[in-house]
Amino acid sequence: MAEGELLIRNGVVYDPINGVKGEKKDICIRDGKVVEEVKNPKVIDAEGRVVMPGGVDIHSHIAGAKVNAGRLFRPEDGRKGVKARTKVCRSESGYSVPNTFATGYRYARMGYTFVMEAAMPPLAARHTHEEMVDIPILDNAALPLIDNNWMTMEYVKSGDMDLLAAYIAWMMKATKGYGVKVVNPGGTEAWAWAKNCDLNDEVPYFDVTPAEIVKNLAVANEKFEMPHSIHVHGNMLGHPGNYEVTTSTYDLVKGIKPYRDRPAMHATHTQFHAYGGTRWGDFESKAGAIADYINKNEHVSIDLGSIILGDTTTMTADGPMEYSLYQITGRKWTNHDVELETGSGITPFLYSGKSPVNTIQWAIGQELALLVKDPWKLALTTDHPNAGPFIGYPIIISMLMSKRRRDESAEDMHKVIFDRAEYSSIDREYDLNEIAIITRGMAAKTLGLHEHGKGHLGVGADGDVAVYDMSPEETDAGKIQKAFLNTKYTIKGGEVVVKDGEVVATPAGKTYFVTPECDDKLTDEMLVKLKDKFEHYYSVNFNNYPVQDAYVPNPYEIKAPWRS
Amino acid sequence: MVEITDVVCSLCGCVCDDIVVEVEDNKVTKVKKGACAVGKSKLMGHGRIEEPAIRENGNLKDCSYDEAIKKAAEILAASRRPLLYGWSSTVCEADKVGVELAEEIGAVIDNTASVCHGPSVLAIQDVGLPSCTLGEVKNRADLIIYWGANPAAAHANHMKRYSYISKGYWTEEGKKNKKLVVVDVRRTPTAKMADVFLQIEQGKDYLVFSALRALLYGYDDVVPEEVGGISKKDLLETVKMMKEAKFGIIFFGMGVTHTRGRHNNIVNAIETTRAAHTHTKFSIMPMRGHYNVAGINQVCTWETGFPFAVDLSRGYAWYNPGEISATDLLIRRECDAALIIASDPGAHFPGESIRHLSKIPVIQIDPFPNPTTEFADVVIPAAISGVEAEGNVYRMDNIPIRLRKLVDTEYLADEEIMKSILEEVRAIKEKEGE
Repeated sequence: MAEGELLIRNGVVYDPINGVKGEKKDICIRDGKVVEEVKNPKVIDAEGRVVMPGGVDIHSHIAGAKVNAGRLFRPEDGRKGVKARTKVCRSESGYSVPNTFATGYRYARMGYTFVMEAAMPPLAARHTHEEMVDIPILDNAALPLIDNNWMTMEYVKSGDMDLLAAYIAWMMKATKGYGVKVVNPGGTEAWAWAKNCDLNDEVPYFDVTPAEIVKNLAVANEKFEMPHSIHVHGNMLGHPGNYEVTTSTYDLVKGIKPYRDRPAMHATHTQFHAYGGTRWGDFESKAGAIADYINKNEHVSIDLGSIILGDTTTMTADGPMEYSLYQITGRKWTNHDVELETGSGITPFLYSGKSPVNTIQWAIGQELALLVKDPWKLALTTDHPNAGPFIGYPIIISMLMSKRRRDESAEDMHKVIFDRAEYSSIDREYDLNEIAIITRGMAAKTLGLHEHGKGHLGVGADGDVAVYDMSPEETDAGKIQKAFLNTKYTIKGGEVVVKDGEVVATPAGKTYFVTPECDDKLTDEMLVKLKDKFEHYYSVNFNNYPVQDAYVPNPYEIKAPWRS
Repeated sequence: MVEITDVVCSLCGCVCDDIVVEVEDNKVTKVKKGACAVGKSKLMGHGRIEEPAIRENGNLKDCSYDEAIKKAAEILAASRRPLLYGWSSTVCEADKVGVELAEEIGAVIDNTASVCHGPSVLAIQDVGLPSCTLGEVKNRADLIIYWGANPAAAHANHMKRYSYISKGYWTEEGKKNKKLVVVDVRRTPTAKMADVFLQIEQGKDYLVFSALRALLYGYDDVVPEEVGGISKKDLLETVKMMKEAKFGIIFFGMGVTHTRGRHNNIVNAIETTRAAHTHTKFSIMPMRGHYNVAGINQVCTWETGFPFAVDLSRGYAWYNPGEISATDLLIRRECDAALIIASDPGAHFPGESIRHLSKIPVIQIDPFPNPTTEFADVVIPAAISGVEAEGNVYRMDNIPIRLRKLVDTEYLADEEIMKSILEEVRAIKEKEGE
């Protein structure tokens, strides 16, 4: 947070959380926060330029064990993004798996100031935090994986929802995590025996189904005033015909009452879950069916997981999925199963516009955004780096804003795009207000961060602002893309961190974490079971497990009281 | 007397964290539980470097920390091709400052993986690494293969805590329902415990991996009657065990990385694991030596993009092991100053590179004297991480664990020393008007 005053004058402001849709407006910041007025400010002239709150990414893999395993085994990717250090910046490397410094700088150049690390293996949580500390500028948080955990499955089996909630509470605190992450529930545990699970299969040895895991975690999560819902990567990701598994997964939380005005489930990287057909040969888009569901229901929010064409590094706690992908490509494959909790797999992948399957995937990601009517229900992501690196966001923005650009891209791609996707028949074009919703407003609200100053520019909000070097009337897709890649200014906590696309300051970001407040008796009862797990099955001692305060030097704690 | 539990050992890649010690008068007086003999010796403490020193007329002369740090900074700031080497027996917090210093002075930063599991890293960069945490092995593995590794001597608690002798969820009877296969050139103490010992001819690892792969894929006919000193019958028996296992793991050591074939052996080992994985769950893991060699690889990777042998002289990271790894750089007599921290190249590098190292200004940071001390020009004693200083380390399966501080010390931690050197270097550069 910078001391002093800043005035961003005469910009055209898009602040959807506060209902500001392209108004010429001044933004005043004092001591890092948005205020009504300032007296002796430094002035930034934003005359006629697009101004938005700092971007908020709801789902991106930027730090931790598998991201670094991706870097380590892809020196060829590291070589792609090298940039020498400057007086301000550390050295950069990498494209799909950038080093920590490049991650911070590149997001900031795009006007983003908060990123959610989407999957933190609890046993390796210290690693995630160590890397987040090394990501400059960005405020951050991480979602611990809580679904394939033996503790979770045992409580799901016994039906002890309060004890499951106590376990969630303890794990949030132990990992300094933000919310409950679910990745291929049951399937990742099964992968420890080289097997996988569909939604209603029994998880080997645990006598529960993935569907039961998801539903019970949603119930337990809502026992607290958790800012975020459960965050779900469902079963059967990437399989042709999986869209029905996807909507069946959504159905599981129907009727669960969330603690506040957000859905009970956030379903992530939906592109990978919106597949029709029975095999790769008749693979087709079912974005329409998914969008239809989202349009008719209020209990699920989504993010896109939109494809960026080119080479990338896929990585997920969905071990069996990565193995399938590696079998298709024959490229290198890393796997890392984590005892009692989760797993992970990593393999490089090339999305090619010449491939019919990749072409349809490309179409699906954008179709979802275009067919879901209410932009408050979705966030722009590429599931970085799974569907493509985050620096591809401006490409997707320009596509959503320009039918012409989409038509041009379709012409360059496999002709299947005209037969097995709705892509070319959709005329909708996003306006800047909708772009602001899917790149900051929705994510901030769904994560509950708008109540903590993120994703908007109301009085009291964090002084995080992006000034894009474009007029609100701009229709040229190429210019739009360029403007969203490198801001005129990015301001973080009242400090100019990017000017004319160059990083000029690198303040440390804060780490947000949630502390659910759980009854001591309940916690003690849960701990008897948990300590037994440590005594007999974990390879790390109970007392060495929780993430120590030293790993979170810039903490921002959000308390989540038990709902009475 | 105070008893401290959950003590984390800072010796080998096992990073045992269930140790109990007694501390009296600010000294570890007893190791009650958990540590192996070598770990115990480390925790109890032994001869250390007592004072900072600078070499004058061939002899080390005691000095203050300030003098030693200033001298170290002068050497590094004046160097045109500095090498910063070691980093494996200290904590990640110190390693991070090391990378920052390397950027600041355009140094080559390299770590002990370079002469250890560097070939494994190259193999992983070629084919990836299907692996898991040690707890997975403990709970599930019913077939354990040690190849070119002798944990009974080098990782004394490995079998007890994590593999053959440990008891877990699906392995509650311990070794009773497990099989142990050892592949080695000699009958090691580990080999003596094995259900199957394959005594391999020196340098024939690649051939034997190839034979196993062929058999795992069903090409029995292409495998001759004997491969690398092992009969086809024994190979077939091993493959049968691999296929019938519910969960198999290969642990491999220096015997595979540093014999003929080097990283190609590891590629083949990983490909063998993949072949086994077409039948059942199979994983593979390098037996990392130093307690935080995995950690410097992690830190170096997330900060520069690359795990070892990183040249920052261009301002950005340039990775090319074989060209800019420490030994190569020294053999070419390319570097003109070196900072050696938490390692001992004097004992472990090839003679030709040590010859050059002994001729250039060398700064050593270490709690303990070792052969490198014999020619170091500036010697800076450090607090012992895990006894006198805390910090993060990564176990051989890349699980991060925090070392505990057990006693107070007057000695500076590696991180503090590194920060002071970095500050001093920056001050010199500023004075020079850079």
